[in-house]
Amino acid sequence: MTAAVFFGCAFIAFGPAFSLFIFTIAKDPLRVIILIAGAFFWLVSLLLSSLVWFIAMKATNTQDLSLQKGLLIFGCMFSVILQEVFRFGYYRLLRKANEGLAAISDEDSAPISVREMAYVAGLGFGIMSGAFSMINTLSDSIGPGTVGMFGDSQYYFITSALMTLAITLLHTFWGVVFFEGCERKRWWVIAVVICLHLVVSSLSLLNPFYVGSIPPVYVIMVLMAGWAFLSSGGSLHNITLLWTCRKSNAEASS
Amino acid sequence: MGLESSKWIIMFLVCWLYKNVNSSSVAQKIYVEVNDTVPCVRLLNATHQIGCQSSISGDTGVIHVLESEDDLEWPLSKGPNPPYVVLLELSLFTRSIMMKMKESSSRVAGVTVVVPNANPAEFSPHTTCPNDNTGVYSDTYGPDYAHCNQTVWNPLGNGLSYEDFDFPVFSLKEDNGTEVIKQCYFDHNRVVNGSAPQYPLCAMQLFSHMHAVTDTATCMRRNEVGTFSLNPEMVCDALGDFNVWASIRPYNSSDLGHKDNESVVIAAARLDSRAFFWDVSTGAEGSISGFVTLLAAAQALRQVTEEAPPTHNILFAFFQGEAFDYIGSSRMVYDMENGKFVINLDNVHSILEVGQVALRNGTDLYLHSDPVSRMNNSINDKVKRLVINLQSSTKGVNFSLVEPRFSQPLPPSSLQRFLRAQRIPGIVLADHETSFNNKRYESYYDNANNLNLTYPSNLTTEEQLVFVTDTAKALAEVATVVARALYKQAGGNESQVDNITADPKTVTQMLYGFLVQTNNSWFQARVSPELKNQLKSSPPEFYVGVASSSKPKTLTHLVQYLLANLTGAATNLSQSQCQKPDELPGESKQMYSYLWVQGMIPPNSTEAESFCVRASVQLSPAMSPAFDLGEYNSKIYSTWTESRWKFIKARIFLVASRDLEMLTLGVGVAVLFTSLLMTYFISTKADVLFSSAREPASAAY
Repeated sequence: MTAAVFFGCAFIAFGPAFSLFIFTIAKDPLRVIILIAGAFFWLVSLLLSSLVWFIAMKATNTQDLSLQKGLLIFGCMFSVILQEVFRFGYYRLLRKANEGLAAISDEDSAPISVREMAYVAGLGFGIMSGAFSMINTLSDSIGPGTVGMFGDSQYYFITSALMTLAITLLHTFWGVVFFEGCERKRWWVIAVVICLHLVVSSLSLLNPFYVGSIPPVYVIMVLMAGWAFLSSGGSLHNITLLWTCRKSNAEASS
Repeated sequence: MGLESSKWIIMFLVCWLYKNVNSSSVAQKIYVEVNDTVPCVRLLNATHQIGCQSSISGDTGVIHVLESEDDLEWPLSKGPNPPYVVLLELSLFTRSIMMKMKESSSRVAGVTVVVPNANPAEFSPHTTCPNDNTGVYSDTYGPDYAHCNQTVWNPLGNGLSYEDFDFPVFSLKEDNGTEVIKQCYFDHNRVVNGSAPQYPLCAMQLFSHMHAVTDTATCMRRNEVGTFSLNPEMVCDALGDFNVWASIRPYNSSDLGHKDNESVVIAAARLDSRAFFWDVSTGAEGSISGFVTLLAAAQALRQVTEEAPPTHNILFAFFQGEAFDYIGSSRMVYDMENGKFVINLDNVHSILEVGQVALRNGTDLYLHSDPVSRMNNSINDKVKRLVINLQSSTKGVNFSLVEPRFSQPLPPSSLQRFLRAQRIPGIVLADHETSFNNKRYESYYDNANNLNLTYPSNLTTEEQLVFVTDTAKALAEVATVVARALYKQAGGNESQVDNITADPKTVTQMLYGFLVQTNNSWFQARVSPELKNQLKSSPPEFYVGVASSSKPKTLTHLVQYLLANLTGAATNLSQSQCQKPDELPGESKQMYSYLWVQGMIPPNSTEAESFCVRASVQLSPAMSPAFDLGEYNSKIYSTWTESRWKFIKARIFLVASRDLEMLTLGVGVAVLFTSLLMTYFISTKADVLFSSAREPASAAY
């Protein structure tokens, strides 16, 4: 019965990532490699930050709950910083790899643009962080019980899935904007990305007030989507172009 | 070290971290485990399965706390959220309620019985006619007496222990755990003015999946099929354990079968009892009153039989598994018939069985005998002789022994199994004339309170141990009479009889050990160092349990050691000599058993003075012959088996409404298809969307 919740949550959390993968990544082996490597970079950053948190937790008094809560917040912030550091490291690596690729390529230009790399790497980060935040929850969503015995919201599973969806997409957008910032040496862009990442992560600390953290995260997500669209070469003009182009197609066919 | 190997290392580290840092997982937010539950488990015999079981993945139902029998309407017909797990007090654990739920089992996922600490006035889940089909009375032997035609022994029995429920039934001690469940119920499931409660609802899941089905023949066949596979999977095990026996004059345990010129008086009692829930019976009146009396009688006879041995031997027999169609006694009779016991049935002079003797109603104890065999004159004379020996032994005690005033069959007793094989004169000593005085026969409540065993509140455990209760005094008197009668019956010297007295202090210590806690200094001093670890701050388990070929149950072990201490002699053998006494002159392992016991701790010491006890105490198997013969559909012998199971668990949690679940699924499907469509659309139009004037060439997504 609660298989419905399981599949519902899985579709919400991983549906967009899945469709992006199918239509934009899967066809090109180079993109698949960059995606997997991106996911791996995110994993390493999580591993290091969790090690730091774990050592700090064990080193301190485990009975002191407020201290442990503080440590958790510190661990979360530290993890965000580390993720962004790894994103920068990955950017440098891809930059180098791109030069190498261009050198061995038959054509003059590199086989993949920096913008494409930015998008694929961001999606890799997003998929991995989404998987890590959701799989545990997903395995418990299969039932038969639901959260709420201790006064938690009964919308826990669906909000977790929506949060995962947002985080996955946000990582993609952040990746695009971040790489663009690096490329153009606009350091304020990177600072904004890090700050937004910190804000989103701290919103999750509002738990167990799950429902409250969703609207601000989605607002940030929509704004980031617009910014990423613009920074990857999109414009309002393009959208109207698309619209008219479509219209003209329709006129032509009729 | 390539990328691959470092990936593996990281995976391991992540897994390790995951294992160790799992501080508050989602499951902990969902489920509350219910501890201290005892399930009802499935037992099988030749024709039936009884007990309870859940499905393999546990049975889940919305909790409903039953307040009265009328309230049953909600879970059985009116309630809109079936199936239900019904939580009820013991007072509502009645046959009519349980059978109603059994009939509509699609709406009942399980039952949880809250067991109060105080005893109910009367409660017996056993049948009205215990061990009906394997006793002596049948269509060929005293048909008038068969099937409790004359006397219904346990009229209060509601027979629930012998019903088959296809939903799990658990018992819960009344404590904080049950409060949590009730709180959850009142917060979420409370029916107000007949309107259905709102989701989320509080639900309970019970796991007690039983592997065996149908009957013993089926499950034994499946056991045998299982042994051919690589990891054999058993589905059921036969019930059984060991009988304990000892004799005044030792027998050579290698010399089996008939003995010429040997005549033995058997004094018998039963050890085990059962309850509806798996292993929680105590059998205070049902079995302890009888075997403690017999143990005390055995001790009372020690000195006099050494000084003036009677002409006949006396054999004390303690039978295990009697609650399940006389496993222990039927096995001993079978062994006697087949020359596998130190004596055979022709050597049996007479039998005195001590039944339920602690709840005297007035000043009479009753001497039950078998009217069918007494129709034979010689048997009748021998029974009369035994009655006279018993009645003439009541000097100085404040009760009298009388025969029931009218002709009635024997109550359920081991003697019936001997009579089935041969007409042997015998008496069953009991406190009831017709139906049992025991109002809680074969139930969890046949406990210390049932015997009115109370101690003054200001006593320490050590003081309670030696405090001689009225129950102990009364049982000591019965033991005195039994001992004297046995001595006379065995042809002992009449002048010695008045010297035989049972010790009330021994009786009270045994009652304390078997009814309050086995972990007491008196038991500790009388058991082996290995057995000491099995002593605990509660009574031992009186359910016979599944047979193990090597390891007797704690109860059997305790009785073995107590009997050895009470009838045997302390020797000055060392611990290693105690293990191999055959190397010493005058000692024989065939004749005696040598038990190393811990001994008392002297007043100003911390080290117990252990020593070796030599006694004629032996264990003999209490395993139904049906399993040795492979007759799993036997109508003569006990065929009870206990099903195996993987685990027993109960937990409570909330369940979400179907609407919310469907909403989640709907949103999920919508998100999936929308994103598929949008991504497809954007990816086909990417060249238009992402072509900026500044960078025309490179932005092709």
